[in-house]
Amino acid sequence: MTFPEHLWLIPALPLLAALVGAFTPRAQRKISSAAALLAMAASFGVACAALSSALAQPAAHQVSNFTWMAVGQFNLQFGFLLDPLGAFMAVMVTFVGFLIFLFSTGYMRDDENYAKFFCYLSLFAAAMLGLLVSNSLLLTFLCWEIVGLASYLLIGFWFHKPEAAAAAKKAFITTRVGDLGFLLGLLWLDSALHTQLFYNNGVGFLETAALDYLAVALPCGLLVSSAIGLLLFCGAVGKSGQFPLHVWLPDAMEGPTPVSALIHAATMVAAGVFLMARIFPLLSPDALTVVATIGAITALLGAVIAVTQNDIKRVLAFSTVSQLGYMMLAIGVGCPEAAIFHLLTHAFFKALLFLGAGSVIFAAHHEQDMRFMGGLAPRMKITFATFAIGMMALAGVPFLFSGFWSKEAILHGAHAWPTSPLPFYIGLVAVVLTAFYMTRLMANVFFGAPRSHAAEDAKENSWVMTLPLALLAVCAVLLGFLGTPAWPWLQAQLTGTEISSAPDFAKIFEGPGLLATSIVLVALGLGAGWAVYGFQKRATASEPDPLEKKFPRAWAALEHRLYFDELYAATVFRLNNALAFVADALDRWVIDQAVCFVGKLGEFLGFINKDIDEQGLNAGFDATAGKIRDTAGAYSSAQTGEAHGYLRVLALGFVALVILVAVLSC
Amino acid sequence: MNLLPWTIYLSFIGASLAWLAGRRWSAPARWLALLTALGNLGIIGWAALDFSPAAETQTLVDLPWVSFASYHLAADGISMTLVLLTGIAALAGILFSWNITHRTGDFFALFLALIGGVYGVFLSADAFLLFVFYEIAIVPKYFLVAVWGSTNREYGAMKLVLYSFAGSALVMAGLLWAGAAGISFDMNFFAAQTRILSQVQQTGMFALIFTGFAVLAGMVPFHTWAPTGHVAAPTGASMLLAGVVMKLGAYGCLRLALPAFPLGLDFFQPLIAALGIAGILYAGLVALVQTDFKFVIGYSSVSHMGFVLLGLAVATPRALAGAVLQMFSHGIVAGLLFAVVGRMVYERTHTRDLHQLHRLPLFRMLPFAAVVFSLAGIASMGMPGFSGFPAEFSILIGTWQHNALWAVLAAIGIPVAAAYTLRVVHLAFFGKIAAEEISSADHPPLPPTTWPERLGAVLLLAVSITVGIHPGLLLDWIVPALQSPLMQIVSNGAAQ
Repeated sequence: MTFPEHLWLIPALPLLAALVGAFTPRAQRKISSAAALLAMAASFGVACAALSSALAQPAAHQVSNFTWMAVGQFNLQFGFLLDPLGAFMAVMVTFVGFLIFLFSTGYMRDDENYAKFFCYLSLFAAAMLGLLVSNSLLLTFLCWEIVGLASYLLIGFWFHKPEAAAAAKKAFITTRVGDLGFLLGLLWLDSALHTQLFYNNGVGFLETAALDYLAVALPCGLLVSSAIGLLLFCGAVGKSGQFPLHVWLPDAMEGPTPVSALIHAATMVAAGVFLMARIFPLLSPDALTVVATIGAITALLGAVIAVTQNDIKRVLAFSTVSQLGYMMLAIGVGCPEAAIFHLLTHAFFKALLFLGAGSVIFAAHHEQDMRFMGGLAPRMKITFATFAIGMMALAGVPFLFSGFWSKEAILHGAHAWPTSPLPFYIGLVAVVLTAFYMTRLMANVFFGAPRSHAAEDAKENSWVMTLPLALLAVCAVLLGFLGTPAWPWLQAQLTGTEISSAPDFAKIFEGPGLLATSIVLVALGLGAGWAVYGFQKRATASEPDPLEKKFPRAWAALEHRLYFDELYAATVFRLNNALAFVADALDRWVIDQAVCFVGKLGEFLGFINKDIDEQGLNAGFDATAGKIRDTAGAYSSAQTGEAHGYLRVLALGFVALVILVAVLSC
Repeated sequence: MNLLPWTIYLSFIGASLAWLAGRRWSAPARWLALLTALGNLGIIGWAALDFSPAAETQTLVDLPWVSFASYHLAADGISMTLVLLTGIAALAGILFSWNITHRTGDFFALFLALIGGVYGVFLSADAFLLFVFYEIAIVPKYFLVAVWGSTNREYGAMKLVLYSFAGSALVMAGLLWAGAAGISFDMNFFAAQTRILSQVQQTGMFALIFTGFAVLAGMVPFHTWAPTGHVAAPTGASMLLAGVVMKLGAYGCLRLALPAFPLGLDFFQPLIAALGIAGILYAGLVALVQTDFKFVIGYSSVSHMGFVLLGLAVATPRALAGAVLQMFSHGIVAGLLFAVVGRMVYERTHTRDLHQLHRLPLFRMLPFAAVVFSLAGIASMGMPGFSGFPAEFSILIGTWQHNALWAVLAAIGIPVAAAYTLRVVHLAFFGKIAAEEISSADHPPLPPTTWPERLGAVLLLAVSITVGIHPGLLLDWIVPALQSPLMQIVSNGAAQ
């Protein structure tokens, strides 16, 4: 089997499209979007071929490795890996990506930087796909960083909005803090094993030999492999918007809506979950407990905050935070296949919800505040219908919708976790909250009377925008049937186990009444939501939320997202700035002044020397010189210039010389 | 291969001719400089094709000179890498100095003389000869800054030169001591000879020579010449300062101090590493709060050179390879950053104050500069795909194997770099750009970017990306050089 050798095509095609986009002149902007769409379609084809090749041997890890950088006997290696996990993800990203690209051709058609937008989107897709097919932690890191960069460029795409520019910066720097952990984990791994490859015929670091080698306890009791895994988890926390680095994700909604759909809902933020699923063998129970805890906190936090937000995209953003928390929780309780199942279903229905929100926002002349919407259901029928499907999938409405099955899988996993029942209960609470806030959103946006002119004028969008919605809606329903307890085909492929060909419907109702519990909880959430927001619909935009009237303080705190941003501004940023100012002052006033002092000291010595020179040494020199001059003057008076005088002296000298010779020779 | 010394001679010939052209014939002087730089690059390219990396340095010229030193030029992979850097930086520097009108001939004469000295340093195989070329390279710097500079130029020039000479004095003292102790200056014999030196001697000589060179490499706390010097210097000169002159210092440390006195390295290793890390973090933090555009880049240079020093201190093959790669990468990227700031922005807007720039719709006014600076900034923060990533990664990986804590501390510098780079990109280029601003009379259109600027920027970016994607191009030169007996001593010493 040589398929892994062709895997590079999957990221390379969008990269090529990005290059084309970078050099597309404004006038021919269609070239950029055409190249992007074409590349995504082609990548989708290759990814499907890869998936079928991977499913032929689901338990195998087919690899193709090569050396990127060699320093003596130390090599930094890249490689491509074909297994169901990566292949499923690649198919999902290329498919969702293609639909979002298509949607963008409509959504961004009035933007003057249209060509550049598709260039960035393609760059993002290339990096994301590279990450998925990578067999090298180093290549993963590399793509990881480029994904972050593309996300920065896209969040800040409307950089004339100061909030967008600030959000882009915040996203980039916050995720880079997490990436620091990733980098350190990578360094540690390399120095311990001299390999960066996941799988390499027995010597990759996710294979038994290496794992045994790394199963050494550190002085603090943690295994080396877990410590590395937790460092890598820091990167995942940043990228996947987990507590406490979740602050960037809601702000990232300042980017164009297709970007939010593609990057900050469906794909990039899932990269962290994917990474954890990929390196799952590294993690020991200790490390998994940490992952589960962070996941549970994030799931609850996101859901609670989502209840109070008024910006439609921010509600969805916090719901993404919460759902990503679910996925991390699933990893932590030892069910990576459930996490990936939820990741895949979530990607479709969240992309659907975001694109639906984009459709609403586009129709409502870029109004994002739900208080100014209302009554859109009759005006935008396709958007409403598809959005409702996405909403029900997210809320986990039973049986028909994919979100129900994937959430079930996670709850089952959490229930079976021996360490602590807390994640399970948190998961249940979040189920209620999710159904609640999604009902609130639906009621505010689609029902009641329009509360602004923009909402009144809203019209359904063209097919390039509604077709992706419809396709995603179909997926949001169908995908769930790949992983029902009756026939968990997807999970079986991911874990590489055998599965019976016929579904066993009795299995659905096995277990300690979990199914019934979650159906009741979903109904509770939907009912409560409708009770608060459905019966008495919001009449004016300025009217406070019914819950706000009852619990003003708690509401305010949640609306300000529990003051995490303020907390970080008061601590981390202030500390950092203080340090920077201290360093600057040190440089200006201490080091530089010390140098200047040495300089002045030199100058001062120079003055002293000059004085010594002028008053002391020079005086002596002058005196000597003066004497010489006097003497010379005396001598020079002999130089009269008269020939007679000279002759006279000459004669005199001659006589004297003769006498001297005569005397001496005697 | 044997043509390589001609880079030195050609530079000096070019310098003399440019000087003769003087003030009157500025256009010929410009073209002459360009041709000289291109000729040098041609020679280097020819030599590179011919160059087979081997563990031994390849002697180019070896003539008897004075009693204690010979005119011995040689090249190995490290020299080749830095000579190539010099060639590229010189060409780009000339392109970005194309608009010099004040005493054009003199400017290029000094520029080429500086380049000639730099080539000489990188090709010297004799410690004394290296020192002589090093001194030759210092003098033109002063005039370039003092005559063609801007803000506070006399102060900057004087500070720069005094620091340089103070460093040289230390190096000189160290060399004299070594000579008096019976060491021959031919660098190929260092390995065999230094065993006759006692530990005290090695430590002392190492301290003198390393510190002397490290001053020019921007080692904290001897780095303050760099920001003021860069700020004062004209664009071409600050590109050379950051691009190659700082590398002279690091190269001196790598070529003389490390192999000659391995026991000295053993003794000072923690201190040098600490100063390197301090440079990375401290200068990064200082860069975060500067209001002068060029100061930010100046401090970022110090921060990046901190990585080089850390690599030198760790001195394992991976760390050293990374250090040399970082020298190359920083030379290219910092040169580009200075070019954008000095030539593209400052010479058009006449301000480097970030808050003033923030009030200009600079992205609309100078789109090319904005794109180039953003890309260079991304490269500078060590983003994969650009040359800085493999370099810093190699240094960190080498450092981790030696001492994990050092690597952790140094790695903190990476988010700091992201922070100050994004801050400056944002402040300088993406300030006010609302559409109505552009048409208003407050912001008359700036002169568009010229062809020499575009060529230079594209050249530097292309080099950085090429090396970033395929670092093997340079590593295939560098790594064999690090396996020479001379360098083996360094890595073995450090491993103990």
